[in-house]
Amino acid sequence: MRELGRLERFLRTDPRDVGCDEALAVLHIYVDLVAAGEDAAGRYPGVAAHLLACGPCGEDFAGLLLAVTSG
Amino acid sequence: MQPARQPIEDLDEESAAWVRRLGAGGGERQAAERELYARLVRIALAEVRRRSGGTPVTGPELDDVAHQAAGDAMLAILAKLGDFRGESRFITWAYRFVILEVSGKLGRHYWRNPPVALDAGQWERLPDRLGIDPARHAESAGILAEVRRVVDDELTVHQRRVFVAIVVDGIPLDALAAELGLRRNAIYKVIFDTRRKIRRALVANGYLEEPGLEQR
Repeated sequence: MRELGRLERFLRTDPRDVGCDEALAVLHIYVDLVAAGEDAAGRYPGVAAHLLACGPCGEDFAGLLLAVTSG
Repeated sequence: MQPARQPIEDLDEESAAWVRRLGAGGGERQAAERELYARLVRIALAEVRRRSGGTPVTGPELDDVAHQAAGDAMLAILAKLGDFRGESRFITWAYRFVILEVSGKLGRHYWRNPPVALDAGQWERLPDRLGIDPARHAESAGILAEVRRVVDDELTVHQRRVFVAIVVDGIPLDALAAELGLRRNAIYKVIFDTRRKIRRALVANGYLEEPGLEQR
């Protein structure tokens, strides 16, 4: 069963996942916390869960973080 | 409820300067707008290039997307300047607009030259998408049959169409949202619920051993 890892990861859902709308509404706050080295996931666990599970929101997070840290 | 806007003197120095300059009149405001727009264009160009491997949009069209995103983001930022509450740095709040514009526009531009048509239904690609190698997994035929059964029997027509487009055909979520005129969250929720249904079915049939994190 260990070889079914990708399938299991795909099917695993996190009850804390807040969805796209809530995550994107605070994305700028979340990104500033991450950029400052603070515990963004601890403060926004539902956002952290969502960004791990949602490819498009994860891309937006990565892009915004890069934008604010690249000067 | 939205938190109250921080007084400008409580903002960090750079954010306070942006708010003050963009709220000023005449030349000071125009200079701030030019500076912000130049930054938005730079961020948008970098972002479309960062995402270029995951979109069929290429070449000059990619640069067009970036410039359109920067322009639309600039309009939105100026229109919503009063909504900035100082919960983040101003520039992070502003860059969020351009990043989201890039996402939305790449989703819409996908359909100008789509590598996969909507409703293609490439079920033969599902094993690869789910990371199941029929040659290595004796259970793979049963797993794939159960996934197909859940999709065919337990989903509505809309849910089935979304699952097939995203998971089976690999259409980007933002592209599907644009084509169906839906918000990203509406598509995500369909996929989220479908993942739970499939997992439950695979657990019930002994293909997966534990329920995972999925209760909601």
